[in-house]
Order: sequence, then C-alpha cells, then structure tokens
Amino acid sequence: MKNKVRLLRKEKGLTQEQLGEIIGVSRQTINAIEKEKFDPSLPTAFKMALVFDLPIEAFFSFDE
Amino acid sequence: MKAERKKRTLQLAGWTWSWVISLALATFGPLFIWEENQSLTALAIFINLCNGGLMVVANVRLFRHYDELEQKIHAEAMALTLGATVVVGLTYSLLDQTNIIQSNAEIGGLVFFVGITYLVTLLINRKKYL
Repeated sequence: MKNKVRLLRKEKGLTQEQLGEIIGVSRQTINAIEKEKFDPSLPTAFKMALVFDLPIEAFFSFDE
Repeated sequence: MKAERKKRTLQLAGWTWSWVISLALATFGPLFIWEENQSLTALAIFINLCNGGLMVVANVRLFRHYDELEQKIHAEAMALTLGATVVVGLTYSLLDQTNIIQSNAEIGGLVFFVGITYLVTLLINRKKYL
C-alpha cells in the first residue's frame, strides 16, 4: 500500500507523537505506516481519515 | 495511554518476580527450609502455579494494551517461537530417548530455548517494522 500520511500529517502541523495520541497508536507505528513498512487496520485508517478530514482512498492506494 | 502502559508493565514485572521467587521457594524449600515435608512442598507448588496463572493474566493484559503493530510484532515472534519449540523440543527428546546425548532432556533446556528464540525473533521483527 502506498500512502500520503506523512504529507498530510505535516500539512496538519502534527508530530508523529501527536497523531499517534489522537488515533491511539504509538509514534513508532505512525513512523512504520509513513515508511510503508506496515499497513494499518481499517479502524486506524478511518481514524486517520477523520483527522485529515479526507476519505481513506485520498491517502491510501493499493499498489500491486 | 503511557501511564496505563507503565502500570500494566509494572504489574507484569511484579507478578514475574513473585513467580520466580515462589518457584525458587518450591524448588529449594524442600531441600533447605522445611526438609521434605510433603504438605508444605505441595502448598509451595500450588502457590507457584497460582502465581504463574496471575503472571499469564498480567501478560495478556499488557498484550491487549499494545497497539496493532506491537501486537503483530509480538504475535509473529510467538508463532515462530511456538513452531521452533515444538520441532526442537521433540528433536531434543528423541536425542535423549535414543541415547545419542548422554544427559537427560530437561524441561529447563526447553524453557531456555523458548526465551532465547522469543527474544531473537522479537528483535528481528522490531528491526523489520520499526
């Protein structure tokens, strides 16, 4: 999965720690998602969508 | 979140230490403290078993507090450890039964293997994902 989480997080002026606090995961997990080492669960993706005020498909794309 | 994590980690540490102490008491008590009194030995073993159960509960409580990536890292490490332990444990037992090794296959050796395997696979997974 490709994602634009880092870009959108920076646009919102949030640190990895702050985004993690809001959606209930650790800073390391946010870092792993941004580096595309880990694909988050659907509930976490939905929480991110609420923070970024965008639909999930706007920042996650399936990459074969 | 961090305060809760710290609380659960400390609870696990507390139950782990008390389990180790109760195990030591059940192991060495009959030899050095109450001298082969079977009732006291059985009581010490029962206390150790109950303490171990509470340690497992504390471990599960901590695991449930991990976020999804931490759970994945630990679950993968546990799966690898379980598989490796079954294979290596049975091989170890066979080596003993067929007298290829001179010493008896002790459970302590297997526990040591579980600990080392879990630690190594955990470190590999952390490097992979974090």
